[in-house]
Amino acid sequence: MDYIEQLENKSIYILREAYANFKNLGMLWSIGKDSTVLLWLARKAFFGHVPFPLVHIDTSFKIPEMIRYRDRLAMKWKLTMICGQNEEALEKKQTLPDGNVDHLTCCRLLKTVALENTVNGKFKRYRLNLKTGKYEVDRSTEPFTGVIVGVRSDEEGTRSKERYFSARSKQNDWDISNQPPEFWNQFKTDFAPGTHVRIHPLLDWTELNIWEYIKRENIPTVSLYYDQGDGTRYRSLGCAPCTSPIKSTAKNVDEIIEELRSGKLKNIAERDGRAQDKEDGGGLETLRKDGYM
Amino acid sequence: MLIEKENNREQMNIVIAGHVDHGKSTIIGRLLADTNSLPEGKLKQVKKTCEINSKPFEYAFLLDALKDEQSQGITIDSARVFFKTKARDYIIIDAPGHIEFLKNMVTGASRAESALLVIDANEGVQENSRRHGYMIAMLGIKQIAVLVNKMDLIDYDSTKYQKIVDEYTKFLKNIDITPTTFIPVNGKNGDNVASLSKKMDWYSGKTVLDILDDFQKEKSLIDKPFRMPIQGVYKFTNYGDDRRIISGLIETGQIAIGDEIAFYPSGKRSTINSIEEFNTPKQKSAKAGKSIGFTLNEQIFITRGEVATKSSERKPKITSRILVNFFWMDKEPFVKNKEYHLKIGAVKVAVKLEKIKKIIDASNLDLNIKKEQIERHDVAQCILKLNRAIAFDLTDEIATMSRFVIIDNYEIRGGGIIRDALEDKQAWVRNYVMLRNFKWEKSMIQPGRRAEKYNQKSALILLTGKRDSDKKIVAKELETKLFEDGKIVYFLGIGNVLYGVDADIKTKKRNTNKNRQEHIRRLAEVAHILLDSGVILIVTAIDLTQDDLEIIKAIVSQEKIKTIWIGDNVTTDIVLDDQIYKDEKPKNAAEKIKKSLQEMGIIFKPW
Repeated sequence: MDYIEQLENKSIYILREAYANFKNLGMLWSIGKDSTVLLWLARKAFFGHVPFPLVHIDTSFKIPEMIRYRDRLAMKWKLTMICGQNEEALEKKQTLPDGNVDHLTCCRLLKTVALENTVNGKFKRYRLNLKTGKYEVDRSTEPFTGVIVGVRSDEEGTRSKERYFSARSKQNDWDISNQPPEFWNQFKTDFAPGTHVRIHPLLDWTELNIWEYIKRENIPTVSLYYDQGDGTRYRSLGCAPCTSPIKSTAKNVDEIIEELRSGKLKNIAERDGRAQDKEDGGGLETLRKDGYM
Repeated sequence: MLIEKENNREQMNIVIAGHVDHGKSTIIGRLLADTNSLPEGKLKQVKKTCEINSKPFEYAFLLDALKDEQSQGITIDSARVFFKTKARDYIIIDAPGHIEFLKNMVTGASRAESALLVIDANEGVQENSRRHGYMIAMLGIKQIAVLVNKMDLIDYDSTKYQKIVDEYTKFLKNIDITPTTFIPVNGKNGDNVASLSKKMDWYSGKTVLDILDDFQKEKSLIDKPFRMPIQGVYKFTNYGDDRRIISGLIETGQIAIGDEIAFYPSGKRSTINSIEEFNTPKQKSAKAGKSIGFTLNEQIFITRGEVATKSSERKPKITSRILVNFFWMDKEPFVKNKEYHLKIGAVKVAVKLEKIKKIIDASNLDLNIKKEQIERHDVAQCILKLNRAIAFDLTDEIATMSRFVIIDNYEIRGGGIIRDALEDKQAWVRNYVMLRNFKWEKSMIQPGRRAEKYNQKSALILLTGKRDSDKKIVAKELETKLFEDGKIVYFLGIGNVLYGVDADIKTKKRNTNKNRQEHIRRLAEVAHILLDSGVILIVTAIDLTQDDLEIIKAIVSQEKIKTIWIGDNVTTDIVLDDQIYKDEKPKNAAEKIKKSLQEMGIIFKPW
C-alpha cells in the first residue's frame, strides 16, 4: 500500500468515526482543492453518498467561477448544500473592498463571524433545492456539534498544532496550550453541551499529497488552479480582492505535481497569495484562535 | 519517470522525546538544516524574529512557530516537520519534554514508528528520560535510538558517556525495553548528526541520519488473523441505495468474497457476498490497512462495536474483566468505585477500577509503591471491570486490538494496553449465547422492519421487588394499558417459566445459587426470543440482584432493558432505572412506566 493510500484510508476512518459520533454533523466546503478532496473522501467513506450537509461560507467576494463550480457539483453529486453569510456586515458595508475595515477585520466579520453563526444556527442558512437549483431559507436552525474541516498541518505553523478532533468552547475558543491527548485510533468524540468539535481528516496530508490524490482519483477542480495562457495560476483560493495568482505555467494536474516536486515553489509559502496572513506577525494564528479555518 | 520514482518514496514518522531542555529542538533544527529540508521562508522568518528580540539565532527556534511557545521558551505541543534523506522522507514529531505537557508528548509519540530519545550528557538521566522511555514503549514503538546530547559540555569524554549509557540501559531493562542504539552527539555543532565527528574518534557507530535510515518500516499486519472493528452499518435508502454495507478499517489480516465472518462479542456469523468501495474496480479481496465495506449473504443484525473476524482463524478474547498496563494523565486521580468510560476500537463501555496490582513512578523509580489510586503521570498495572463483555486481543498477540483509552468528563484522560483476559461471572452464559447465535436460523425480516410494522421497538421491562410488593398488579395494569393502546405486549411472571421451561431443575434445590443462575438464564433466553419477535415484554421476579441482571444483560442487549423496583425499600444491590413507591396506585404506576417508554423511544408519543 503506498503512502497516499495510507492517508486515504486513515481519513476515511476519521470521517466514519465522526459520522458515528455526531448527530449534527456538517462539512465545510470552501470550494478549494483541500476541502474538495475532503468531499471526495466523504463519498469514498460512504460509498458514493455524502450523508451530512456541506456548509459554505459565502463572503460574497469569492471568485464567481468558484460559486458556479460549487453549485454544479452539488447538483451532480446530490449534496445537501448549506450556505451562510454575514448579511449584516455586508449591508453595513463593513468590508475591506468597501474601504471601511482592514484585512483582519474583514476576514473576521465575513468568515469567522459568519461561520460561527452559521454553525450555531443564529444566522440564516440557505439550502440548495436540488429540484429547482435555487437556494431557499433552511428550516433547521439546530447547531452543528461536529464540523469537518480540511486543514492540513503543513500549511502554516498554527495548523501543525491541531488535533484530528479538536474541541471548541462555547465562545468558539481554541485553547492551544491545553488540548486533550489524542492517540492511537481514539478521538475526542464526547463533548459538553454548547460546545462543538472540529474534525480534521486531512491533517497529515501535504499540498503535494492533495494534488497526487486529485490526479489518482480524477477529482474535478476549479480551473482557477491552472494557467489559462497568461502565465499565472491560483495556488490557494480565497476572496477575489485579497487573493492573487502566482507566476506559473502549470496547465494541468500533472504539471502542478511536477512543479511542486521540482522545488520551483520551495521558497514560496503556499498561502503567499493570501493577504490576511501578512497583516501582523501571527495574523492567521490570531484568526484561528477566534475560529477561522 | 521522475514522478514514478517519487511516488515510491518511503515515509516514516519519528518522534523526538526526552527531558525538558535536553536539546530535542536543536537536534530537529539540525536535521532539517543538514538535510537541506528547510523552506527558506521559515529560516528567514525565525532569523528576523531573533533580530527583533536581539537574540542570537538558534536551531531550536525553527520549531517554535507559535507566539505562545516563544514567550515560554518550551515546546508545548507535538509539532510536525518534514525532512528527506536519500533513503526516505521523514515526518518528525517533536514531543514536548516538560512534564506538564505529557499528554501532548503522548499524542505525538502515538503517531510515530520509531523514536529518538534525547538525554543531556551533562545532566544525565532525568525523570522524563525515564518516563518518555516507558511511554514510548507502551505506545508500541520498538525502534528507539538514544542520543546523548551536548557532548561538548562533558568534553566529549567517552567514560562519562558510557556511564550514562549503562545507567539508562539498566533502567530500560527493568521495564523490558532494549534500545536499538546509543549515539553521542552535539546538536549545536552537528557532531554525529549528519556526519561523524572528529572530536569523538572513540565512537565507532553510525550517525543519527544513518541510524534513522537503518530503521525498518513496520512489518505488514496481513499475516495476522483478520480483525475489523465495525464503525458502522450503512444503508443509504434515501439516496436510492439498497446495499447494507458493514464498514470499518481492516486492522489485521485479509478477507475475500465467500469467507465466513464471525462477529464478536455476539458470535453471529454469515459469509461475505461482496466487497464495497467507491470509485475503484470491484475487488474480490481486501487486506490490512484498508477502509472498506462488505455485504453479507444472510441478513444478520449487526451494529457498530462488534469486531468482524474470520471463523476459520483464531478467536479474539471476550470478557468484561481485563488486566491492563495503564497510564493516567488527569489532575484528578483514577479511583475505585467511580464509573469511567473505556473506548476500544469502535466500542464505548462503562468501566470501574477493580484492583491496582502495581504502580510505577518514574520520579522515584520504585516499582512497588502501595497506592489506592492512580495519580497523574503514574503508570500502573491493574484490573478493570467493564459493564459488559467486549472483543479484543492481547497486546502480545495483536497490539492494535489491545489498545484502549479512558474517558472522564468528556475527555480522554488515560490509556493502556490489555495484557490478559480474566474470567468474569458471566463467561458460562456468554458461551451458550455465542453457540446459540452461531446456530440461529436467520429470518428474512430485519428487526428494523418489524419495529416499523409494529410501530414499537422491542423491550424488556423488569419489575422486581420484595415478595409481597405489587409487582404483578402493576405488570398486569401496564400490559392492559399498552395492549389497549394497540401495542404488542406480553406479561411473563417468572413462575410461568419455573414449572415448564425449568421442569428439569429440581424444585428442592431451587434456591441454591447455581440453580437460581440457571433459572435466570432460561428466563432471559425466553425473553430474547420474545424480543426478537418484536414484543414489549414485562417480566416480574422477586429480589433480582445485580448478578442476576448481569446474566440477563449477557443475553438481552442492555439498551433494551429497563429495571424498575416496586416498593419503598430496595433490598438488593441491583442498579435501577426507576422505582415505584408503595403509595402509588397501580394504574398511575403503569401510566408512569408508559411515559418513560415514550421517552426511551420504545413507543411513540402521540402528537
